[in-house]
Amino acid sequence: MTSPLQQKVKVNGPVVVTANRVGDGAVVYRRADGAWTTDLAEARVATDATTAGALIAAAVADDLRAVGPYIAPVQVARDGALEPGNLREIIRRLGPSIALPQSAGN
Amino acid sequence: MYRYDDFDKILVDERVAEFRDQVARRLSGELTEDEFKQLRLMNGVYLQLHAYMLRIAIPYGTLSSAQLRMLAQVARRYDRGYGHFTTRQNIQFNWIKLSELPDAMADLASVGMHGMQTSGNCVRNITTDQWAGVAPDEIEDPRIWAELIRQHVTLHPEFSFMPRKFKIAVGASRHDRAALRVHDLALRLHHNPHGEVGFEVMVGGGLGRTPFIAKTIKPFLLKRDVLSYVEAILRVYNSFGRRDNIYKARIKILVHELGVEAFSKEVEAEWRAIKDGALAVDDAAIADIAGRFSYPRYERLDDTPRALEAARDADRRFDAWMDNSVANHKEPGYAIVTLSLKPEGGPPGDATAAQMDAIADLADRYSFGEIRVGHEQNLVLPHVAQRDLPALFRALDSIGVATPNVGLVSDIIACPGLDYCSLANARAIPVAQEITRRFGNLDLARGLGRLHINISGCINACGHHHVGHIGILGVEKNGEEFYQITLGGKADEDAKLGGLIGPAVPYEEVADVVEDVVAAYLELRARPDELFIDTVQRTGLEPFKERVYATR
Amino acid sequence: MPLVKGGQIVEDSFVRVADDDAIPPGVPVIVSAKRLLADPAAIVAHDAPVGVIWPNDRRVAELEPWLPGLAMVGLVFPTFRDGRAYTQARLLRERFGFRGELRATGQVLRDQFVFLARAGFDAFEVKKPEDARVFASVMGRYSVFYQPTADGRVPALRRRLREAPAARAREAV
Repeated sequence: MTSPLQQKVKVNGPVVVTANRVGDGAVVYRRADGAWTTDLAEARVATDATTAGALIAAAVADDLRAVGPYIAPVQVARDGALEPGNLREIIRRLGPSIALPQSAGN
Repeated sequence: MYRYDDFDKILVDERVAEFRDQVARRLSGELTEDEFKQLRLMNGVYLQLHAYMLRIAIPYGTLSSAQLRMLAQVARRYDRGYGHFTTRQNIQFNWIKLSELPDAMADLASVGMHGMQTSGNCVRNITTDQWAGVAPDEIEDPRIWAELIRQHVTLHPEFSFMPRKFKIAVGASRHDRAALRVHDLALRLHHNPHGEVGFEVMVGGGLGRTPFIAKTIKPFLLKRDVLSYVEAILRVYNSFGRRDNIYKARIKILVHELGVEAFSKEVEAEWRAIKDGALAVDDAAIADIAGRFSYPRYERLDDTPRALEAARDADRRFDAWMDNSVANHKEPGYAIVTLSLKPEGGPPGDATAAQMDAIADLADRYSFGEIRVGHEQNLVLPHVAQRDLPALFRALDSIGVATPNVGLVSDIIACPGLDYCSLANARAIPVAQEITRRFGNLDLARGLGRLHINISGCINACGHHHVGHIGILGVEKNGEEFYQITLGGKADEDAKLGGLIGPAVPYEEVADVVEDVVAAYLELRARPDELFIDTVQRTGLEPFKERVYATR
Repeated sequence: MPLVKGGQIVEDSFVRVADDDAIPPGVPVIVSAKRLLADPAAIVAHDAPVGVIWPNDRRVAELEPWLPGLAMVGLVFPTFRDGRAYTQARLLRERFGFRGELRATGQVLRDQFVFLARAGFDAFEVKKPEDARVFASVMGRYSVFYQPTADGRVPALRRRLREAPAARAREAV
């Protein structure tokens, strides 16, 4: 398996770096200041391979706080709002596309 | 039911303590993820799309009511109030926090449950038939052997870092209800011409990218030799299985590349060197394990009591449920009851904490405290007195697990898919849900007879789509979800892989395609009682291809 | 990389000798498999103990004829995930009766100590100094094992049968 650091980073549009938080597995996005946030709106967007490469390299090194970082596409709306760039990222952000079983007694 | 003794308990407790230490070292940074990953996988802790997932072993699918109650408690305390039963007789919780896992595992350990070896490159949960110990057609209880082997392969120092995972299934009847032939190793108890009971040994089955049906490498193995033979197979695999490519690392590839003869020779040579050593299974060993299996003290009851017939006449729904969900038991006056976890519109194989608690209570009341998990993702109450069936039905119906669709078109086997799983290309659950809505009419479903639909969200085939009568495989095309349809697969003693009927269809059309396939079946079947799978085998795929792709 | 033997960090009494270097007389040495097999009689005739590093993708049966002349065999874990050396270790100990030092080399982490010891290793080139330091306490953590191996520990089944009446009475849920 090639490490993300060795893979040639290719960028075809705006991307963010996303991962799962170590303690609870929550979906997080990398911010410009190196912190991780659960809010996609705060994510650092990269539009070229160099910036994306640096972002992912820093994320990979940040093993203590986040697991399995990778580069994910985003869409930027006209008002600048960030939306997930594919179905997998939509599901990661919003949760399963189906209703979860309801239990009375929860 | 196998009862843990002190030794079993201590082993699990020591491992919980070990994992607690490993989690602490991960959270402090002393262990990198790369070092930690293999360790957490060996305790069944995956990372999925939204959270960690904990997979808990249910050895050979057998649960006590106390264990089921604890699963409900874990669901409530550490998760989001429900769990998912899998195609390998395990349960999965999808929302557990890593930081809380040691506590969840300690709770589970208190009832003899754990996630050891439900992941990682080791021997996984050993599965069997959910009717083991009570099926009329069984030679003897395969679970004794599953337990003997389970202990042998648990934290085995030589086989904890194999090329890839290793799945074992054990059966004891001619009719295969445990999908033996798609396992890495399957052991089937049967008689030889002299009337001795021994194992047929089959190796190299598996689904995924390169599906194979297992090959018989030893038609008859004496019981005394089962551990040494399994050891020899694992040793050959550990030594020679490929490690250069994870997609070629299963034993099925080794068997295929060496050829059955050469593979078998390696195993026999290794086995001859060890068969009379410490692994020879003596009567004391068998008696020890068997002695910790408890069986119900059945009452002497009559079959088909009059009251039961009257209840069937009085209630059409009960009658339909009896026909569908209740099977013959080897003990007169008793029955095997299947609880459908496939309600119309529901996610297949899920149960809420409330349902689990209620089922545990019903098990205590009606099934000697025992529940089974089937690889079809339904539950079973294996020891129900026939006279209790009307009351049990009402109770099961009130908690939503009495849909009389067991084995029918809406009893779909599906993996979690892209809604949960980081390996998936496409969703499986909503596809299943829509199909169950299209076939929600139970008269229609009954009229179609036995019809197995299997859905996998990616080529890893956790939904076993290759061996579905109708197999559905999710793929990704240009960022959209598409599905390949196969027909004619079988998972039983006549195991075969399904055939592709044409190009993949988009998400919105899958349920339509299934309706077209079913419509074609209704036109083509020779008689109302010719099963779907038999029609497909008789006519071949062409008429189905034509029907489905006429307008696509 | 600290060497752990007998539960403690020790000095390595062996010196690794590269394939094209001369073997110093009177010094315990470790050579590669390639060098050993090129002239095994000469190598084992060395006037001090000799060890070999055996690759994990060759059958240890090839090494068997020379075992009586070897004081040490080193087996390799290129990554801790590659478990072929566990099989090699068990064969060396249990099939071929090797009694010399059996050393684990490569990526050896504390989480493999118990497996390694049970497979027959008695020396460990440990990747991390912290892991080397906790070796003894890690080993002391586990008391129950299911499988018989050559490490002398009595497997659970045999312990049960010995303690039969008392243990059965104490059954846990």
